[in-house]
Amino acid sequence: MSTKRYPGRDAIKTKGWFAAHRWLLLRRLSQFGFLALFMIGPMSGYYLVKGSIASSLTLDTLPLTDPYILLQTLAAGNVPEMTALIGALIVVAVYLVVGGRVYCAWVCPINIITDAAHWLRVRLDIHGGLKFTKAARYWVLGMTLVVAFLTGVVAWELVNPVTMIYRGLIFGLGWAWGAALALFLFDLLISERGWCGHLCPVGAFYGTLGKAAVFRVSAIHRDDCDDCMDCYAVCPEQQVLPPALKGARSGTGPVIDAGACTNCGRCIDVCALDIFQFGSRFAGPTATTSRSATDHDLKKAA
Amino acid sequence: MKMNRRDFVKTNAAAATAVAAGMTLPATLKEAKAADDGIRWDKGACRFCGTGCGVLVGTKDGRVVATQGDPDAPVNKGLNCIKGYFLSKIMYGKDRLTKPLLRGAGGKFDKSSNEFSEISWDQAFDIMAEKFKAAIDPQDPKGATKVGMFGSGQWTVWEGYAASKLMKAGLRSNNIDPNARHCMASAVGAFMRGFGIDEPMGCYDDLEHADAFVLWGANMAEMHPILWSRLTNTRLTKKGSEVHVLSTFEHRCFELADNGMIFTPQTDLAILNYIANYIIETKAYDKDFLDKHVNITKTVTDIGYGLRPNHPLEKKKTGKGGKLTKIAFADYAKAVSKYTLDYASEISGVPKDKLLKLAKLYADPKKKVTSYWTMGFNQHTRGVWVNGLMYNVHLLMGKISEPGNSPFSLTGQPSACGTAREVGTFAHRLPADLVVKNAKHRAAAEKIWKIPPGVIPPKPGYHAVLQNRMLKDGKLNAYWVMCNNNMQAAANMNEEGLPGYRNPKNFIVVSDPYFTVTAQASDLVLPTSMWMEKEGAYGNAERRTQFWRQQVKGPGESKSDLWQLVEFSKRFTLAEVWAKDVIAKSGYAADKSLYEVLFKNGQVDKFPADPVKDAAGNVYDNDESADFGFYLQKGIFEEYRRFQFEGPKKGHEMAEFDAYHNARGLRWPVIDGKETLWRFREGYDPHVPKGAGVQFYGKPDGKANIIFAPYEPAAESPDKEYDLWLSTGRVLEHWHSGSMTRRVPELYRAFPNAKIYMHPDDAKTRGLKRGQEVKVQTRRGEVLTRVETRGRNKPLMGLIFMPWFDASQLVNKLTLDATDPLSKETDFKKCACRVVNA
Amino acid sequence: MKQHGTKNAGARNRRKFLADTARTACGVGLTGLALAHLATAAKSRPVAALRPPGAGAENAFLSACIRCGLCVNDCPYPTLGLARIEDDVAVGTPYFVARDVPCEMCDDIPCVAACPTGALDKGLTNIDNARMGLAVLTDEETCLNFQGLRCDVCYRVCPVMGKAITLEYQPNTRTGKHASFIPTVHSEACTGCGKCEHACVLEDAAIKVLPSHIAKGKLGKHYRLGWKEKEKKGEALVKGITDLPDRMPDSAAEAKP
Repeated sequence: MSTKRYPGRDAIKTKGWFAAHRWLLLRRLSQFGFLALFMIGPMSGYYLVKGSIASSLTLDTLPLTDPYILLQTLAAGNVPEMTALIGALIVVAVYLVVGGRVYCAWVCPINIITDAAHWLRVRLDIHGGLKFTKAARYWVLGMTLVVAFLTGVVAWELVNPVTMIYRGLIFGLGWAWGAALALFLFDLLISERGWCGHLCPVGAFYGTLGKAAVFRVSAIHRDDCDDCMDCYAVCPEQQVLPPALKGARSGTGPVIDAGACTNCGRCIDVCALDIFQFGSRFAGPTATTSRSATDHDLKKAA
Repeated sequence: MKMNRRDFVKTNAAAATAVAAGMTLPATLKEAKAADDGIRWDKGACRFCGTGCGVLVGTKDGRVVATQGDPDAPVNKGLNCIKGYFLSKIMYGKDRLTKPLLRGAGGKFDKSSNEFSEISWDQAFDIMAEKFKAAIDPQDPKGATKVGMFGSGQWTVWEGYAASKLMKAGLRSNNIDPNARHCMASAVGAFMRGFGIDEPMGCYDDLEHADAFVLWGANMAEMHPILWSRLTNTRLTKKGSEVHVLSTFEHRCFELADNGMIFTPQTDLAILNYIANYIIETKAYDKDFLDKHVNITKTVTDIGYGLRPNHPLEKKKTGKGGKLTKIAFADYAKAVSKYTLDYASEISGVPKDKLLKLAKLYADPKKKVTSYWTMGFNQHTRGVWVNGLMYNVHLLMGKISEPGNSPFSLTGQPSACGTAREVGTFAHRLPADLVVKNAKHRAAAEKIWKIPPGVIPPKPGYHAVLQNRMLKDGKLNAYWVMCNNNMQAAANMNEEGLPGYRNPKNFIVVSDPYFTVTAQASDLVLPTSMWMEKEGAYGNAERRTQFWRQQVKGPGESKSDLWQLVEFSKRFTLAEVWAKDVIAKSGYAADKSLYEVLFKNGQVDKFPADPVKDAAGNVYDNDESADFGFYLQKGIFEEYRRFQFEGPKKGHEMAEFDAYHNARGLRWPVIDGKETLWRFREGYDPHVPKGAGVQFYGKPDGKANIIFAPYEPAAESPDKEYDLWLSTGRVLEHWHSGSMTRRVPELYRAFPNAKIYMHPDDAKTRGLKRGQEVKVQTRRGEVLTRVETRGRNKPLMGLIFMPWFDASQLVNKLTLDATDPLSKETDFKKCACRVVNA
Repeated sequence: MKQHGTKNAGARNRRKFLADTARTACGVGLTGLALAHLATAAKSRPVAALRPPGAGAENAFLSACIRCGLCVNDCPYPTLGLARIEDDVAVGTPYFVARDVPCEMCDDIPCVAACPTGALDKGLTNIDNARMGLAVLTDEETCLNFQGLRCDVCYRVCPVMGKAITLEYQPNTRTGKHASFIPTVHSEACTGCGKCEHACVLEDAAIKVLPSHIAKGKLGKHYRLGWKEKEKKGEALVKGITDLPDRMPDSAAEAKP
């Protein structure tokens, strides 16, 4: 856990504000963009995309289904129609390429809420609170499937704040804003990065899915690291960083290949030394490059 | 509150139980009791159809808070249809008009403006009088033809009477016609041609006496719900009784039908002739009856379709009018012999066995048959003919004027009979069956009205359809529409309705409780008190006259139609409306007002404005008495009765005014304190002398007419371009144009918007889905609506049905203004249309 | 797991791992119990909430519906909505309340076509076969037609009029000359669309659409209705039975029809 309060100051200095928030802005754009795609239909009457994050139909042809929810219905004893199966397979295929938890960082609206909670937590200097093991979300994931199996009900979806808020925004919020507020307060006051980082079974599912994903962040210039810890400070899944960043000694490659990494790109943003890059899992598995000291120093001085 | 013993026991039992259970009575029970406390109940008549159900009206704190079916009313015995159930809500729509509204901003008239502004009654009558006076040239014998009035079968008896008198005797214009023209005129025409006197010979008691019922273009299940439940009861409880239903589409009556027949529009003419042919061929007819009581005649044929004279169809016609020629029975037999079973079946599309079954029923001397019809017969370009062909069948068999044997024309409006027909609101009529064309009739009217000879114009005025045409042509310039919604109701709205209202030469006044489609098209809107907000009288389809007292006051500055008519008469002096020589003959001073001549004339103002009381001593308002200082309604009614007793035609006699306030309606003729149930038959009808058996005393020779008329095609039939028949009509939930019923939320919810009923295969071949939005198009316009392939009305392929209650879907943009040239009634049931995807 | 430090540290780590795991397992287990309870409670849907056409029994539906809202998007009327937290219906699932907006029974059943999972059964191709619930005339004491009035609004709005709801004629013995038209629901044709409940003109509807399992009774398996069995078979179930003529005086025999 970081004690440094405002990571990324150096990066802003060296790269400018926009470059130091490039991926964050793109992510927000993506998150709102997906939401907008769904909301345009009910609001305008012209549907590009029908349905919601759980399952959708784009341009009346492309079906997409959340594989985790489909898995719950399977556990609950339902044999789904082909539409849902095909839709889920497409989604699985996509995330196998781009990284499972890209869902969390680039699509899920809760991310905005929990990021905000974390941002405020840092600024209000709130410490302590409940701690969960990183394994907790896998337990929750298992539990949701077991309950679905035992009750025959897609039970998690009764409380799943992710789909609830998404649905609410498209079909009528009702008291669903209460769920959003609860998550915000939970992450702010009770547990640091508690929801997305520790408990959410959706993240756990996509993390598992993303273990083998192609698209990755790589600490490609890790040799230049000056241990400023900014990347640790912003990373919602800090445990994924050391093997890649500091793995040179143990012979681990610079590619962050933990399923938990959300490909959020904040580490790229906040690193004044541009150590991280998006890339492919296969692009130079162990190779790291170091730029000339001059380059390095110049950048730091700037 | 009075409580009978059983109620007392029940209440106490409930209280005892409540105490035992250690609780107080639930609040709702208490509330219910409180809600019932202090309600004053008085009798009245339903505001809607011609059935004339008796109701009790509950008033509290100046508001009608509840109604109930009058359990002792002979027609309905406490029952109501769903419209009647909501009677207490019709006066309280949120948008009741409470002030006169003039087109134009700031109280200044501007014909081209789209806004209305509030003005006072004085200002309203000022501009109205100015416009009416501008249209009248008293010295020109044709002068008064530029003013007109469109009235109603929903007017109370005295309102219709006052309107007729104001127009014909005051403004000297016969351009007054009621909306009953759209509804009953063909029935009237046939009564006059066949019997020389208007209105059915039978009564509702036929519903219990008949062995069989035949419905011809009458969807009683929806349009006369309470009568239908009586008919159904007879069918249920009387062994061997049967029900035959004929219509151009399947409707709710078919459910009860033993013999349901769907025929091609207009071929009812052929079917009726076939029945006559069958009766003659099988020699089933009552020869004795025919010899004694019937003349056989034929009518002029190929008489056109009542369209504008330059219409191709009118140029083609070879005949004109309705002159009757006496013919021999053999000639009649020959004329109908063309209508064989094969021919009738082929042209109508009805299977032969069904037609034969129907013919056999009429031809069976042992079966008492009552035939009912409404708009299917009346709204017909051969409406008078088809009514007559119906009488032919009954007359051939002598199945008439006796319990159970009744050709019975049902009415659609609460006082189509009592007001529109009986007090002479038609362009050609005077009170009590008199007509303007007849000099003796005019003279009788002028005498009773105490006006000089020659005041009443001898030429019939513009009838309903002609009024719209004359407005459009700029020949009718000052026009008062009262108690109806004719912009929505009249056919061919785009071409013949709206242009006249918006013609810059014309000034249109509309009196209505609500801002109807018609009001929206007018120049001056007068807020009108309705139903229980005034003392009233209606006459239903079985000649029953029913009175009610004023129960509550109208909202805001609203005034009854009667007040408006009488008050407006104060605005004219004789010099402004009568020719100088007429005034000279009258002996009245030229500056005397029409009010003084017509109403405060020593006759109408004879009865003092004493408080109106019921038997229990409750005192009721009478706003007109209070305003004018005499009992106006009674004065008018008693003057009207003089027509019945002193006029040249007998048979319309009514009881004294006060008798009706004490009765649940009386069926005229009321003579020697007795009602008349069946007319023209000895023993039942006091006018039929002993030994005559039957006498159709409306005719000079006491004989009714069989009138042969052939089948002739409709004005417009489907073709390649417009491939469907369009039939329009009503639904049970809504009454007429929906101006009252659509303001009752529950009725609105039950049937919110019009739609077209269509055969599923017709929808399929056009690629239409149920519920889909479509355009219905005719040569005259188009309307956006939705498709219904299920539900209450099931047309065969080739016809669609659309109700007209919906102000947001004006179906009369589509209809053709083809009329019966004899009755001048529009055929709303037949024109050609097509349906396309919207 | 990280592998560094001494043996003791390893043991400490192992103990911590076990403790964490136990703690997590307990927490998650308890949460699971609560969730299971919620899931079970969700199966008892309020009677006023009706499922779209093609939804089977509530249990099957809740196992299959993924709450995506595609059916809601494709419903051309404002009928279907997704349950919100406060709605007392399994959160996110589609339903409608007949009294507010009933099902219009589209011929092409777009909601079923839209369902990706089969929660709404694609086997439903004729909307007349939908069974969203069953209309029940719950209150004869306020139903206007039972009192003899001519309302029958429920009957006339019924899209399966004459089959799902019929009017049974009964003489009105009070008036002696009117018939009462008793609305009668037939479960073999009623789709549960709710048009009747929606249109009922009373302040509280006298006819309501209820879930079929609440609305319907069930005849014991040990009994058959004789006349229905005979009608089903088209002939007597037991054949070859004879009846001897009754002895009667001649006059009486003639009088007999």
